Amino acid sequence: MGLSVSISKKLGTFSLDAEWAVDDELAVLFGYSGSGKSLTLRAVAGLLIPDRGTIELNGQILFSGDDGRVVPTQLRSIGFVFQDLALFPHMTVEENILYGGHGVSSRERQERCRDMVRRFRLTGLEHRRPVDLSGGQRQRVALARTLIRRPAALLLDEPFSALDAPLRREMRGLLREVQRELRIPVVLVTHDLTEALELADMLILYVDGRVEQCATPREVVKQPASGSVRRLISPELFQHRDKHDDNQERAASILPICCAGA
Amino acid sequence: MESSTLFSLRLSLQVAAVATILIFAAGVPIAYLLARGVFRGREVVDVLITLPLVLPPTVTGYLLIVLLGRNGIIGGTLYRWTGWSIMFTWQAAVIASFVVALPLMVKTARAAIETVDRNLIDASATLGHSELWTVVRVTLPLAQRGIVAGLVLAFARALGEFGATLMLAGNIPGRTDTMPIAMYAAAASGDRSGANVMVLLFTAISGACLYAANRLGRRTA
Repeated sequence: MGLSVSISKKLGTFSLDAEWAVDDELAVLFGYSGSGKSLTLRAVAGLLIPDRGTIELNGQILFSGDDGRVVPTQLRSIGFVFQDLALFPHMTVEENILYGGHGVSSRERQERCRDMVRRFRLTGLEHRRPVDLSGGQRQRVALARTLIRRPAALLLDEPFSALDAPLRREMRGLLREVQRELRIPVVLVTHDLTEALELADMLILYVDGRVEQCATPREVVKQPASGSVRRLISPELFQHRDKHDDNQERAASILPICCAGA
Repeated sequence: MESSTLFSLRLSLQVAAVATILIFAAGVPIAYLLARGVFRGREVVDVLITLPLVLPPTVTGYLLIVLLGRNGIIGGTLYRWTGWSIMFTWQAAVIASFVVALPLMVKTARAAIETVDRNLIDASATLGHSELWTVVRVTLPLAQRGIVAGLVLAFARALGEFGATLMLAGNIPGRTDTMPIAMYAAAASGDRSGANVMVLLFTAISGACLYAANRLGRRTA
């Protein structure tokens, strides 16, 4: 069970070669921008067709390069939260959420939508358009819209990158809760080390289109698989980060915990 | 206003309205396929549809006669089977307006559809929706203003169609003399007052159409 990916894809001069498997847990794809994390996520969702390999979700083959089997995106039952969230600007909050309930009977869909509105603290905002929402509210609408269909896996492509630090923390907590409750593979892409270390059950490290290491954060910190992994997770990295970010502080507090625990 | 002028005005509006409905029906799928479809000969289709925009209307009219005339490729068959020919009827004026005005709509609508955020279309697919449903619920509503702007432009162009219409529908007073054709006849025969009225009417209607198209086009979200 779970989600397993083993794919390669050439795009111009960049080549992606990714292989990993996750159970019903929260996995984080971590690496620099342009290392192939988002491409992998898009391939899992069916938005990008790999050249070779296989993608399997709970025993069902979604893509197989050998026999050319490609399950189209709309039949994959995979929730996807886009970096820019991709809320439909011409629909209200409620319409956005209901739009996600494809294949659910109309009554059931209404009921689930009310649940989602309550669950994601959107009460009173049902008839607003996305443009009239705050960043955090928009995030929650995107999650509600994706989860109303009860997908078999949830993918998130740097969804919190536009939020400020406190809000990002809140969203991480919410995502954790969602994963525990649904018990499905949740895969998050980020290039924020704090986020990766804090959230991941399983950390999947990307370097130049390849997976360098695939382990728990504790193992990664304790035993980096290579020099590039060591550089990738080294705390010095934080010193070059955005000043308005509380990453430095948090990483400084998290890293020793990870190491001490190991 | 003279009754013949009134007839021409009514006929022009009728021809342009019917042509615009046909342009909507044909133009939206064509614009969508050109904007999003991946198929061989896409650019050939684009060129064929755009040609009437740059060809002399007489050439377009001549080609339409070759196609639809009593001895034409399509028109000939139709005439043999039904004894009816579209030549010199108001429907011929509709066809001429349709062909000449279609590219304006397709160009504008294609541009509007191309600006719809790719992520929104992908998001719709990840939410389980087919491409057709996505077109109906996401792509077209978001491209709506551009499509309407294209239709208004096409309507204005259809209203002003002269050359191809004259060749295909002729100038039969009380039957096929649309405003531009009646206008030509008035000017040619020295009927200054009739011509003046029509010029004023025409300028007002066309100006209003352009103003509407601009406003719609500018606020495309």
